[in-house]
Amino acid sequence: MVLKEGKNHHTYEVLSIHIELQLERRLQALGLTEGSLITILNNDKQGSLTAKFRGTRFALGKRIADNIEVVEVMTNEQNN
Amino acid sequence: MSRTINVGFIGNPNCGKTTLFNAYTGANLKVANWPGVTVEKKEGYTTYESQEYKLIDLPGIYSLSSYTMEEKVSRECILSDEVDVIVDVADASSLERNLYLTLQLIELGKPVILALNMMDIVEERGMEIDLHRLPEMLGIPVIPVSARKKTGLSILMHAVAHHQTYGKQGPLIHHHHIGRDILHKHNHHEEYAMVYQDSIEDKIDLLIDRITDTYPDFTNKRWLAIKYLEKDPSAIELWPLDTSDILDRVYEKEIINQKYDFIEEIISETLVNKSTKEERTDRVDRYLTGKYTGLPIFLAIMAFVFFLTFFVGDFLKGYFEIALEAFSGLISNGMTAIHAGDMITSLVVDGIISGVGGILTFLPNIFILFLALAFLEDSGYMARVAFVMDDIMSGLGLSGRAFIPLLLGFGCSVPAVMASRALEHRKDRMKTILITPFMSCSARLPIYVLFSSMFFGNYAMAVCYSMYLLGIAVAILTAFILSKLDGSKSEHALLIELPEYKTPNARTIAIYVWEKVKDYLTRAGTVIFLASVVMWILLNFGPTGYVTDIGRSFGSYIGKFIVPLFRPLGLGYWQIIVALIAGIAAKEVVVSSCGVLFGIQNIAAAGGMGAALTTLNAMGFGMANAYAMMVFCLLYVPCTATIATIRREVESTRLTALFVLFQLGTAWIVSFLFYQGLSLIL
Repeated sequence: MVLKEGKNHHTYEVLSIHIELQLERRLQALGLTEGSLITILNNDKQGSLTAKFRGTRFALGKRIADNIEVVEVMTNEQNN
Repeated sequence: MSRTINVGFIGNPNCGKTTLFNAYTGANLKVANWPGVTVEKKEGYTTYESQEYKLIDLPGIYSLSSYTMEEKVSRECILSDEVDVIVDVADASSLERNLYLTLQLIELGKPVILALNMMDIVEERGMEIDLHRLPEMLGIPVIPVSARKKTGLSILMHAVAHHQTYGKQGPLIHHHHIGRDILHKHNHHEEYAMVYQDSIEDKIDLLIDRITDTYPDFTNKRWLAIKYLEKDPSAIELWPLDTSDILDRVYEKEIINQKYDFIEEIISETLVNKSTKEERTDRVDRYLTGKYTGLPIFLAIMAFVFFLTFFVGDFLKGYFEIALEAFSGLISNGMTAIHAGDMITSLVVDGIISGVGGILTFLPNIFILFLALAFLEDSGYMARVAFVMDDIMSGLGLSGRAFIPLLLGFGCSVPAVMASRALEHRKDRMKTILITPFMSCSARLPIYVLFSSMFFGNYAMAVCYSMYLLGIAVAILTAFILSKLDGSKSEHALLIELPEYKTPNARTIAIYVWEKVKDYLTRAGTVIFLASVVMWILLNFGPTGYVTDIGRSFGSYIGKFIVPLFRPLGLGYWQIIVALIAGIAAKEVVVSSCGVLFGIQNIAAAGGMGAALTTLNAMGFGMANAYAMMVFCLLYVPCTATIATIRREVESTRLTALFVLFQLGTAWIVSFLFYQGLSLIL
């Protein structure tokens, strides 16, 4: 699935990023690398979403969210 | 005294770097709680124990790669001899994010000092940072500071003084355990804070040997080796090296991941009571960025800002007007008493006092507008606006981020046009620069206040607000048409940090507002003063010399020549045209010129407005004309300062001229439509 399909307050692991190299590298420099975790905060709108990764909230445009392949992970919170 | 020590201030966007810089240098650089305020590096000086320091405030960046303009500026500056010591300013309340840049800076090999800013917020949230363990793990001095409360400043300078000659870092007391494939204790753990997995370290060692052969004088070979592993384009270009037998692929991902692994380790060892209170921001965001609530709240906030600006501002403006009237009367009487000539009295009273004074009475409105904008910026709300507006903006082929320059345009077009630099793509930048002047800047406010109060009575505030909305609508429409015209798929993608909300800081707001008010006053004293004098000359001199009949002045001849062009807009009056031309110097001049043109002192006061209204009505200038006038002022050529800024940003005189012509054309067409439409209704 892609990040844009994710649900609010669920945490996902990044599998791959398919976007032009420059943007991919910027995301990586922010810590959004393959294998990193990202928690969706607000994905209610058609377009952009807000998410938290490596301790910081970001707004990500639809084009980014549509091109990040993720898989859901069970967090401690959900296990409890 | 020894030579000046150069200190580079660097850090993530929004970490309080500029506030810290201001605290040292006493400069009043603008600060905002959204990323990308500092787009250029700025310099200032401070002295500590009779040693002079040059401080360099660099643009906020997340990493030292070279993919954005800010990153390039900062990296080049830090690598050059321009910087002796690096002060890495980190937001302690967001340590995980900030440490990534710290690790990259440490790798550079220059003396680095970590200034942990916003420690007050950390305490507020009930978190604690182990300030003994952190420097142990990083191998650099860590100094807690609060730029806002001005604490820790001397200790930080003290560290700079001691650390600047310091070469090798002290013993590091840690061994990574989160990283994979670190089986044996690599001896690098005693030398470097950041040690990679064995296979990468082995490659680094090989690369260092090769660098030593090719570039024996290169000071930090480990850094360059890591750049080769990352296939960093600018490093490879500057220091070409054949590494094909060592590097089979790009190792950038591993390098980034392992840095973050180490950061995770640092956080788990040094951060106590990892906050639960940060959820406050999430709770607030549920509404401020909500699907259905985000946009209405934004519009309501803006409406409230304008309510304050007009309602409270006008209330205070009344007192300014009384003072101005008294002052004007005093001078007028004084000049009669000393038997000053008519011409001189006219120049001082009609030209200068009514021109400059008329502008000064709007100070309360301007003050309140900027106070409100400062609150919004410092609280952290502005970045949310980019998110809230992103969907609408992408429909226009622009990034939500482009909305920030547009919003700043409500204050002044000059910084707004400059803020468009934060956009990555040139096409986005050009579009944003083109439409930014359509956002109604504060200098246009006096025009609306004057004309709407004269002609629209109780509805004046609504009419003013409609100007702001119209400006946004025209900007949006222009962007939309352009995106349809160029047809290409938009390249933008929103990517912006949403900082934690914080209580706005009084000092930051005071600096921000004072800067704007000072700007306004300076303009009143310079450009507007000069324009008032020039206007007075144009209106009191004609081909026959000094004239008392304004209708025979140079000004009237110029105006009358252009009248036919403006008749379809309901603006076919030479006085109005002269005022509009004068407004190119600065938009406020339109108001002061009207005073001079219609021979009314203190036009912005109730009495002055009444007199002006009578004059205008007698000329057949009614509500429809007044509205068309405001629309034209909203959209036509921006002021000279903005044109100069646009020229600098687009780097083309031809394109600038095209932009100006486009804005003039748009103003003509929209005013025409409104005038013709309103004439039918009213």
